[in-house]
Amino acid sequence: MHHIEVRDVTLVYDTPGGKVPGVSGVSFALEPSEFLCIVGPSGCGKTTLLNILAGFLAPAVGEIRIGGKAVTGHGLDRGIVFQDFAQLFPWRTALGNVAFGLEMKGVPKEEREAIALKQLELVKLGKFAHAYPHHLSGGMQQRVAIARALAYNPAVLLMDEPFAALDALTRDEMQRLLADVWQATGKTVIYVTHNVAEAVYLADRVIVMTPHPGTVKAEIRVDLPRPRDPLSVEFLEHQKALLRHLTEQAVPA
Amino acid sequence: MSPVRDVAAAADAAALAGAPPHSRAGGRARAVARAMFPFLVVGAIWELIAHSGLFPARLFPKLEEIGGALVSLTAQGILQHHALETVVRLLAGFGVAAVLGVAIGIAMGRSRRAEDVLLPLVSIGAPIPGLAYAPLFLLWFGLGDFGAIALVGFVSAFPIIINSWSGVKAVKEIWVRAAQAMGADDRRLFRHVILPGALPYILTGLRLGLAQAWRILVAVEMLAAVPWGLGWMIFGAREFLNTDVMLAGIAVIGAIGLALEKLVFERLENYTVVRWGMMTS
Amino acid sequence: MSSASLGRTNLRARSAIRAAFTLLVAAAAYEAVARSGAFPKALVPTLPTVAHTLLDMLLDGTMLRHALYTMYRVLVGMGVAVAIGLPLGILMARFRAVEGFFMPLVAVLMPIPSFAWVPLFILWFGLGNTATILIVVYAATFPMLLNTWTGVRSVNPIWLRAAGAMGARGTNLFWKVIVPGASPFIVTGVRQAFLRAWIAVVGAEMIAASAWGLGWVIFDAKEFLNADIMLASLAVIGAIGFAFERLVFGSLERATVMRWGMVRAAKG
Repeated sequence: MHHIEVRDVTLVYDTPGGKVPGVSGVSFALEPSEFLCIVGPSGCGKTTLLNILAGFLAPAVGEIRIGGKAVTGHGLDRGIVFQDFAQLFPWRTALGNVAFGLEMKGVPKEEREAIALKQLELVKLGKFAHAYPHHLSGGMQQRVAIARALAYNPAVLLMDEPFAALDALTRDEMQRLLADVWQATGKTVIYVTHNVAEAVYLADRVIVMTPHPGTVKAEIRVDLPRPRDPLSVEFLEHQKALLRHLTEQAVPA
Repeated sequence: MSPVRDVAAAADAAALAGAPPHSRAGGRARAVARAMFPFLVVGAIWELIAHSGLFPARLFPKLEEIGGALVSLTAQGILQHHALETVVRLLAGFGVAAVLGVAIGIAMGRSRRAEDVLLPLVSIGAPIPGLAYAPLFLLWFGLGDFGAIALVGFVSAFPIIINSWSGVKAVKEIWVRAAQAMGADDRRLFRHVILPGALPYILTGLRLGLAQAWRILVAVEMLAAVPWGLGWMIFGAREFLNTDVMLAGIAVIGAIGLALEKLVFERLENYTVVRWGMMTS
Repeated sequence: MSSASLGRTNLRARSAIRAAFTLLVAAAAYEAVARSGAFPKALVPTLPTVAHTLLDMLLDGTMLRHALYTMYRVLVGMGVAVAIGLPLGILMARFRAVEGFFMPLVAVLMPIPSFAWVPLFILWFGLGNTATILIVVYAATFPMLLNTWTGVRSVNPIWLRAAGAMGARGTNLFWKVIVPGASPFIVTGVRQAFLRAWIAVVGAEMIAASAWGLGWVIFDAKEFLNADIMLASLAVIGAIGFAFERLVFGSLERATVMRWGMVRAAKG
């Protein structure tokens, strides 16, 4: 059985201008511990799809199963990291943010703080456990957000362009860190991005989506050994293949 | 991550934790002297006019007379009694306004039904100057303490309601989503996300409400028939042309207003929203 | 029209209906209390009585005269407050020495409610216009001053540099960059000053005015237990305040800072 099954998911937005299809007939499946990237231009429905996976939106048609169970709302089986740095609670320290999910679960204070500290160490922020978010740089805040999403040990990590607002150097560091964290924790990851190189660097498999309506255009497997070298010929080949799919659809049919 | 930023952030955190000051004693003395200078100038001008005999001495007392009035009123315990009554009325009125105002404002922010029902009433009541209600309240609730406190509470509730309401509305959607994704139910969402998220606005509302309450109360004490209170003290002093008592009372009123602002709200803000970086001090 | 926009229109219509419903219920509740006879008619007049009084006072011109007196005091007081607050705020923001001298004075004077000065001003200037207008000036000057000061200090330094690079100096720099740059705060300052002035004038008229003015008529009506006159005047006070806030300042804002897309900066 697949770990995650997305079957024929369709969602239509009602706007003052009429019905706008968000995603249409999207299907794919993931194995446990697989890293899937969803790539596409803005407006292709990739964030909508992630919000459906997270349970914030309900699809009009189709269904999503995680571990055999149908998704009907948000749940602790999924951890979510958004793009916006403001996702952290400013009134809680890094540790308080990471411990939030465990607190909601009812884990006793000492235990949840020990777990949270371990998660912060995993993203190399152990020293900043007691700092408030506004004292942390953007990259550090996103690392806290990753630790927060991992702390209550969800099976799946959903990430919505978490590094898109970072500068290029920090982004490279974060990608390396995320690859390490993923290998250390063995989570199933669905990662939305518009950055082709990022997708090739991180993913086992890449799904290319096209807009109007949002549908899956192509699926590419990335079988490069890790850690990957972004300057290797194979890496660039994969990048080219992805770009070809993306640019083809940019030409109006 | 870039290590440079981490160092900067660490240095920042250290500064916030209160890095040891490098012998600032000399600088502070100079700052105090500079802050005192304008008061010396104004005081000197006042003294010149008072001594010149340009105006009747009863109407334009010398500074030493004002100070004397302050000292003798304090020595007789009169000033404390007036101030105490005023502060008790303030706290009673403002306390009711704070509890009800925050509750109503949050209800309006959380429930569309409550918003639809209450917003029209609030938006009609708020723009009318508080004191305009005073005669009506005194007529309905009597000229004594109850009328004064009811008016202070009523008037200072408006900024508290409006700010709490907009605070709840301004809570970032992303915080709500993140908390829901981590399994927060409605009750905990409210306690751990909505309330702290709306706190900067709620504090601003309380601060405005208290300032409003203070302004109204001083005037109401003049209009109502209460035997004690700073407003009454300076108004009553008019009968006997005790300008020195008036000015002493005005000074005390200013000092209490300043203390409420600095000691209560600045501390509360520094401890919460400023520390969280949600508001700059 | 799609179902969603229809839904939104419905939602707005429902809000409007609920609002109207609230007001009707509030009015009906008041009317029921007034007619129940539980309270004296003089204290809780029925709404038709209030409306009748309002109409009478509007028709015989007394309400207009009261309103004009009040407006006169507010506008003169506001004018003086702007004439003091605007230049002083600019000077404080541009010159350290001016700021160093006036800031401590402002910090000490500001927490004193304007009404606290009423008895003293009555003694000094007698009952009447002078005392009332001075109270208004006292109330309105501080918001004007502080907003101007903040506004000028927060003028984006890049604009100053850019203007300097294009050769702007002295008065040009002042009128063409600093004043428009600070305008969102200045507009907010005028607005807050008006609100304060409007509050102050009603209170000051109650205590210090002698014959005319909306605050005076409310307070005077208390002596004769004329609650209908009080409520009618309250309505007029509310209406004028609302009209100024919405019509005058709303259009002032739309004509300037909103058109420049700067209005967010004014909210602070």
